Amino acid sequence: MYVTLRDRPDDAGTSRARSAVRHVSGTVVLLGTVSLLTDVSSEMVASVLPLYLTAVVGLSPVAYGFLDGIYQGVSALVRIAGGYVGDRGQRPKWVAVTGYAASALSRLAMLPAAGFAAITAVVTADRLGKGLRTAPRDALIAAASQPDVLGRAFGVHRALDTLGAAIGPLVAFALLAAVPGSYDSIFVVSFAFAIAGVAVLALLVPDLPTAAGAARATLREVFSEIAGRGLRRPLLAAALLGLLTIGDGFLYLLLQARDDVTARYFPLLYVGTNIAYLTLAVPLGLLADRVGRGRVLVAGHLALLGAYLLAALPSSGLGGTLAVLLLVGTFYAATDGVLAALVSRLVAARARGSGIAAAQTTVALARFAASVLFGLLWSIQGPRPALLLFAALLAVAVPIAAWLLHGIDRPTPATLPGARPSGVPA
Amino acid sequence: MSGRMGGLGPRARLTALAVVLLVAFLGAGGYVWQARQDLTAARTSATGAPTRDDLAVVRDVPHLVFRNTALGADYGRVAMVPLSAPAGPRAVTDAACERVYATRDEAICLSADRGLLTTYRARLLGPDWSVRRDLPLVGTPSRARLSPNGSLVAMTTFVFGDSYANPGQFSTRTVISRTTGAVIGDVEQFQLVVKGAVVTAVDRNLWGVTFADDDRFYATAASGGKTWLVEGSLTARRMTALREDAECPSLSPDRTRIAFKKHGDLPPGRWRLAVYDLATGAETLLAETRSVDDQVEWLDDTRIIYALPRGGAGTATSDIWSSPADGRGAPELLVSDAWSPAVVR
Repeated sequence: MYVTLRDRPDDAGTSRARSAVRHVSGTVVLLGTVSLLTDVSSEMVASVLPLYLTAVVGLSPVAYGFLDGIYQGVSALVRIAGGYVGDRGQRPKWVAVTGYAASALSRLAMLPAAGFAAITAVVTADRLGKGLRTAPRDALIAAASQPDVLGRAFGVHRALDTLGAAIGPLVAFALLAAVPGSYDSIFVVSFAFAIAGVAVLALLVPDLPTAAGAARATLREVFSEIAGRGLRRPLLAAALLGLLTIGDGFLYLLLQARDDVTARYFPLLYVGTNIAYLTLAVPLGLLADRVGRGRVLVAGHLALLGAYLLAALPSSGLGGTLAVLLLVGTFYAATDGVLAALVSRLVAARARGSGIAAAQTTVALARFAASVLFGLLWSIQGPRPALLLFAALLAVAVPIAAWLLHGIDRPTPATLPGARPSGVPA
Repeated sequence: MSGRMGGLGPRARLTALAVVLLVAFLGAGGYVWQARQDLTAARTSATGAPTRDDLAVVRDVPHLVFRNTALGADYGRVAMVPLSAPAGPRAVTDAACERVYATRDEAICLSADRGLLTTYRARLLGPDWSVRRDLPLVGTPSRARLSPNGSLVAMTTFVFGDSYANPGQFSTRTVISRTTGAVIGDVEQFQLVVKGAVVTAVDRNLWGVTFADDDRFYATAASGGKTWLVEGSLTARRMTALREDAECPSLSPDRTRIAFKKHGDLPPGRWRLAVYDLATGAETLLAETRSVDDQVEWLDDTRIIYALPRGGAGTATSDIWSSPADGRGAPELLVSDAWSPAVVR
């Protein structure tokens, strides 16, 4: 089952053999569809949640931030568990199904969830589901793709995912316009989208074993894979770069403090970044396959550095704001899927989910630490000096990361004869 | 791929998927359609609450200003009833607000422009309910109060990302401005003193201002998971904690007591209403046992009023209740189908 995504015109002349490996597996498109439907579902709720909390439940700011810190920790652990369980059972699909189903059911729980505590619990269930499903799903994408088109495969998946995130708020506000005040309608429709996503996953996505014929990975083997030489340098690089990656929320805060127009359209900043991400995910995935995933990953952080510097300027008008959004979108497109593509080739197939989970968790924890550090600096020194300091450190870290990742993934598929993905016809 | 897909063949799978999608989207579509039908039915059958046309007459006597939530054409509009007959017909204005607060000469109206991008506006309305000026606003508004003589306005909004450890999470910003439009400042930047020590924690939040006069105010301060009732001065740019565990204060007309919501040992997101005596420090729990998440209002020196969403299906509807401020008696329904009360004496 193959779906051909049209190549750019200048690729038209390449030989048939070459274009065959450029195809993105139908499984990847299906997984992208699952993510699209699920993101429509979750962004529908996320986009009206502030309004819902204000208008219906009543707002309660206290300690929400503290709870959120705990969830992030739990979510990171669940992610590793999801990766490991997917590897161990060699059936990552069903672990992913469990994760998607948990998020779907949490939508339905929004209906009777009246109080703050209930809503917090529902949001937590959603996040745990997300933590559980991410790594096994990425392992499936890797298992369904030829090694030399991994970057493109992850690019296609992330683009579909982000498209869903852009559609979700549209659906939600169309519903609110049609049936004013009926938040129940939003939760029910959100549930329908989530169920559709689970159904596509459960019924159409093949249950690819990540390591056909191989012995079951024991915990020790998985651990030695993650801590082994193959992943040491990329994990180190990811941690180093992650420690200097502040949440884009901070950049938006700086932008909105510069002028009133940006402040008024604050939520649109996220949309702008998403559009850039959506547009660039596939091209940058392709580029990663061609020039090396490590290089694109490192170059993505140069875009982030550019965003820091532009945001630190006193004011650069609307053009400057748009440039920051474009740079942040480029950063995500060059790093999120590309990291998964990079890591999935560096670990043995039987530990792939755990390896991807380890990398994603490393990045998540490092970024969380970066946000805490940056927040402290922000309050002590003010936003601009803090940002400039992070920019300077990032400028030093990028060459170090480039050195760590040097030569890690030369695009030479022939050197890994055993790495042909299982379940995919050659 | 069939060998790995369990018992079902490809055709059975596609059929199963089609069935699931049909059931899910027809079910959801049906739900939305039914909700829309119900809304339309409620709007056409409901003539709304009984209304009266003599706006000017109501405006001249002591009255209650609120957001009309009776389903019908006037849903969401600002309405008034005389304090002498709160349950009687209401006079409905043209102003549409999510939240409203009023003094004799002006009103502050917070409204949402819903759409793909929901933006919020804060407007100052004149005695004829026409817009006098737009006030600067960043974030999602949650509380608004005017000072007794109408010269100051305080608004609390939720802003993304102000909680430094958690970009993307909510945090409050409470700005006090003159009703002429000049901004006095964000009270979060004022000095906060708790038990003699200055609190400089990054996570401190301030919200729910109630004015005593043109300088003194009370508000809620929070840091490290605790909340305090604080007394502040605009000229000194300083706030001092009076007691712990008190949110959304509201000063009584005689300025001797403060009604507030208290969290105590209740589950997260639930509060109990209480009254604090400024002279003695005594706390009185009110007879209202339902959780109220709102900044209450004083009807007079003996009763406080607050809005509660009506349980059941119609979550868009709410009522205004009253409770004796001395903790005795029982809550009583004051105005049905109403929200965001403000008393104009």
